[in-house]
Amino acid sequence: MSAIEQSFKNVMAWIDDRLPVTEAYEKHLSKYYAPKNLNIWYYFGIFSFLVLANQLLTGIWLTMSYVPTGEEAFASVEYIMRDVEYGWMLRYMHSTGASAFFVVVYLHMFRGLLYGSYQKPRELIWILGMLIYIALMAEGFFGYLLPWGNMSFWGAQVIVSLASAIPLVGEDLAIWVRGDFNMSGVTLNRFFALHVVLVPLFLLVLVVLHVLALHEVGSNNPDGVDIKKTTDDTGKPLDGMPFHPYFTIGKLPGIIIFLFLFCAVMFFYPDGGGYLIEHPNYEPADPLKTPELIAPVWYYTPFYSMLRAATFPLFGLDAKFWGLVVMAGAIILPIVLPWLDKSPVKSIRYKGMGSKVMLGLFVIAFFYSRLSRHGASHTAAHLDGSDLYRHLLCLFFVDALVYSRGENQASSR
Amino acid sequence: MSESSVNSGRRNFLLGATAVVGAGGVAGLAVPFVGSWSPSARALAAGAPIKVDISRLEPGEILGPIPAWRDKPVFVFRRSETMLAQLDERPERLADPASERQQQPSYAKNSTRSIRPDIAVLIGLCTHLSCSPKYRPAIEPQEFDPEWAGGFYCPCHGSKFDLAGRVYQGVPAPSNLEVPPHYYESDNVVVIGEDEGVA
Amino acid sequence: MRLILVVLALSVLPQSGFAAEVGFPLFEMTPDLEDQGSLQRGAKIYMNYCLGCHSLQYQRYKRTAEDLGVPESLMLEHLVFDPNTKIGDPIKNTISKDNAKAWFGAVPPDLTLYTQLKGGPEYLYTYLLTFYEDSQRPLGANNLVYENVGMPHALLELQGVQKKVCKQIPKLAANGGEMMDPLSQNYITEEVCGLELIERGYSPLELVENSGQLTAEGYEQVVYDLTNFLYYVGDPSRLERERTGVFVLIFLAFFFVPAYLLAREYKKEFH
Repeated sequence: MSAIEQSFKNVMAWIDDRLPVTEAYEKHLSKYYAPKNLNIWYYFGIFSFLVLANQLLTGIWLTMSYVPTGEEAFASVEYIMRDVEYGWMLRYMHSTGASAFFVVVYLHMFRGLLYGSYQKPRELIWILGMLIYIALMAEGFFGYLLPWGNMSFWGAQVIVSLASAIPLVGEDLAIWVRGDFNMSGVTLNRFFALHVVLVPLFLLVLVVLHVLALHEVGSNNPDGVDIKKTTDDTGKPLDGMPFHPYFTIGKLPGIIIFLFLFCAVMFFYPDGGGYLIEHPNYEPADPLKTPELIAPVWYYTPFYSMLRAATFPLFGLDAKFWGLVVMAGAIILPIVLPWLDKSPVKSIRYKGMGSKVMLGLFVIAFFYSRLSRHGASHTAAHLDGSDLYRHLLCLFFVDALVYSRGENQASSR
Repeated sequence: MSESSVNSGRRNFLLGATAVVGAGGVAGLAVPFVGSWSPSARALAAGAPIKVDISRLEPGEILGPIPAWRDKPVFVFRRSETMLAQLDERPERLADPASERQQQPSYAKNSTRSIRPDIAVLIGLCTHLSCSPKYRPAIEPQEFDPEWAGGFYCPCHGSKFDLAGRVYQGVPAPSNLEVPPHYYESDNVVVIGEDEGVA
Repeated sequence: MRLILVVLALSVLPQSGFAAEVGFPLFEMTPDLEDQGSLQRGAKIYMNYCLGCHSLQYQRYKRTAEDLGVPESLMLEHLVFDPNTKIGDPIKNTISKDNAKAWFGAVPPDLTLYTQLKGGPEYLYTYLLTFYEDSQRPLGANNLVYENVGMPHALLELQGVQKKVCKQIPKLAANGGEMMDPLSQNYITEEVCGLELIERGYSPLELVENSGQLTAEGYEQVVYDLTNFLYYVGDPSRLERERTGVFVLIFLAFFFVPAYLLAREYKKEFH
C-alpha cells in the first residue's frame, strides 16, 4: 500500500492502543447492519439529530449577543435581528428549528407506534426516547420565555401557576420555581441557565444512550421482522447493510429535501403566520396587559387541551388539579406502551383492523386538539367535541392493551 | 447481494462531485457564524469618528474634558511657537525621532507628527502598558528629567514623550504615542477616527 | 398506505372554531419593499408627523438611509431634527412618558415592530384612514378600527375632516337583491347608520370636501407610503433574507443531483 495509507494505519494503530476508535467506528458505522427495507418513516431520527445540532450551534451563537435580564432581553433580540451581522439568520434558524424539532420528533415517535419499535427488546430505547421528549418539552418551555415578549411572559405565567394547583404545596412550589412572587427577570435568568446548560446536557446524554441502546439490539423495520434471524455464514444479516456507507450516503438525498423544506420556511415564512413566532411576542412582556388569547405554541397544544379537559372539581380538589393529572397522565402513559401492547406482531402492517382504527383515531384526536386551540377557548359547544377527542387519545393506549391481547388470542387459534 | 457491478470510476466521480458541492454548502453555512462575530451596528456606531472643536484652544492648552474615541482617550492640544521651535533640538534623546515605526498614518509621518504643525492629535495611552500619561507642557527642569523640553510623563513606570508624542530613549515604553486617523473638516473642527475622504 | 391518507384527511377536516377577528373589516394593503420612493416618502412623513410621540428605538438612522437609498448627509440634513444625533444612533424621541400618559391617557407605543404585532400592515393602513370627528372625545377624534383611541388624528391637516354619517342605501329584498322601483329605475333606499352600514359594505364615514391639504387619493398614497415604511422598519432584513433564500434553495436543488446519483450508485449493490 502507499506511504500515505501506511502512515494512516500507523497513526490509527497508535490511537487504537489508547482509545478504541476503530472498534467504535466498526461497531457503530461500518459494521453496524441496518435493515434494507427502511422506508421514509425512518428518516425522522436522522432529521432529529440534524435539528439538534442546529439548535445547539445556533443557540450557542445567540447566547453571544443575547442578554438574559428583564430589562434588556427583548431589546437584545432586536439587537440580534438588526445590528448583529447575520443575526437575523441565526435567530430564524433557531426559531424555525424549534418547531421543526417537534415536527420531526412527533413523526419519529409515530414511526415507533406504526411499527411497534417499542416492543421487546427495544423497550429501553423507547423509554429513553420518551425521556428525551419530556426534556425537549422542558427545553422548549424554558426557551420560549427568553425573548421576553408578551406571549412569552403570559404563557410561562399560566404554566408555572399550574404548579399552584397541587394541593398543600402548590403556591409555595410556584413561588420557588419563579424565584419571585410573580414572573420576573429572576425567572428569566434561571430559565436561561436551564435552557442553555442543564437541559441540553441532559438531552445530549439521553440521545447518546438512546443511540447506544439502539445499536445494541439493532433497528426495527416496517415488517417488524428481526433481520438478525437470517444471516449468512459469516454472521452478517442477509436483509441488512452496513450503516456506513449505505445509509450515510444513501440517506443524503432525503436529508437535502428536508433541508430544502426547512430553508423554505426559514427564509420565506419564519413567523409561520403567527404559529412559529406568535404576534403578541412583538411587544415586550407587560404584567399589566394580558394578550387576547393565551395559547401555548402549537407543539404543546394537545397537552394544553388535556389540561383543560377536566372541567369540574372532584373529591374536594380543583378541576385545575385534575387537568394537571390528565396532562401528566397523557405524557406518562406512552412510556409504558411496551407493556400495554401485547400483540405478537410488531408492525401495523400485520395487525388487525382494530389496531389500525385506534391508531387512526389517535392521529385525528392529536390533530384536532392541536388545531382547535382557538375554538376550544370560546364556546362550550366546541369544548364538547374536543372533549371526545381527548378521551380518544387516552383510549388508544388503553385499547392497545385490551385489543392487542385479543389479537394475541386470535392468532394462536 | 447482487454481483459486483460496482463501476468504481463512476462511483468515485460522484463521491467527488457530491463532496465538492457539499463542501461549498458547508462554507456557505459557516458564513453567518463567522460573519456574526464582525462588529455589530451598535459597535460601529459606538466606534464612529468624533468631531472636536479646537477654536477655543489657546497655545499650550490641551482640550479638556479629554474626548474619547473607541474608548481610548485622545489628547488634542495646540503647540505654541516656542514649543514648535525646540521640537527638533535634541533628536539624540529620542528613540524614534523620525517615526520609522508605524504608529501614525502616512500624513503624520513628519517632525510634528500631525497634519497642521500647531495642532497635535495623539492617543493618550502610554505604549508601555496603557496608563494615561500626564501633560507636562512647561519647558523647564522636572524632578523626572532635569533637561525636560515639554511633553508627556507617564506616572506608572516613568516613560517620557515629547510634544509630538515621540518616546524618549531609556524608558520602558517601546514606541511613540499613537496618532489616530483624523482630518480637518474645517479650520475649527477636526474629525478623529477616520481618514479624509472615507465617509 | 390508503388508511394513512384517510386518517390524514379526517384529521384536517373538522377544523372549525378559528376565532374570527371581530371588528372593523380591514382594507387590503400590499407592501412593496422594493419601491424606495415610497419608503423614502413614508420615512419623511414619519419623521415629520409621528416621531414626536412614537419612537422607532430598535431601528438606526444609518441602516434606514442605506436601505432606502438615501445618502447619509441628506438623511441628517432633512430627516434628523436633533443636531446632536449621529447617523449611527437609533431613532429615538424625547417625549416625556409621564406627560404623554397625562395628555393622551396612554404612553404612545414604540412603533418599530407594530406592523408585526398586528399581524401585517393592514391594521395600521385601515386605522390611519378611518379617523373621524367626534366631539365627545377629549382630543376631538375617534377611530373606526380602534374605538375610543387616545391618539389624536396626527395627519388631520393632510386628510381633512371625516364625519360619521348615516347614508341612504338600497333596501334589500328577502332574496338579498337590491330593491328597485320598476318604473323609475331608481333604487328604493333606506337610512342606515353605523355598524349596519359596514355590514352592508358601505363606509360610515364621509370626507368634508377640501378640508385637508390633499385629495382623498393623495392622502391614501400618504398612508400607503407611511405603512410601507413601517412595514420595512418591522423587519429591515426581509428583502435580504428572501434573496438569500432563493439562492440557498437553488443551491440545495443543485446539490440534490450528485447526491441522488451517488445514493443510487450505492443502492444498486443491494437491490
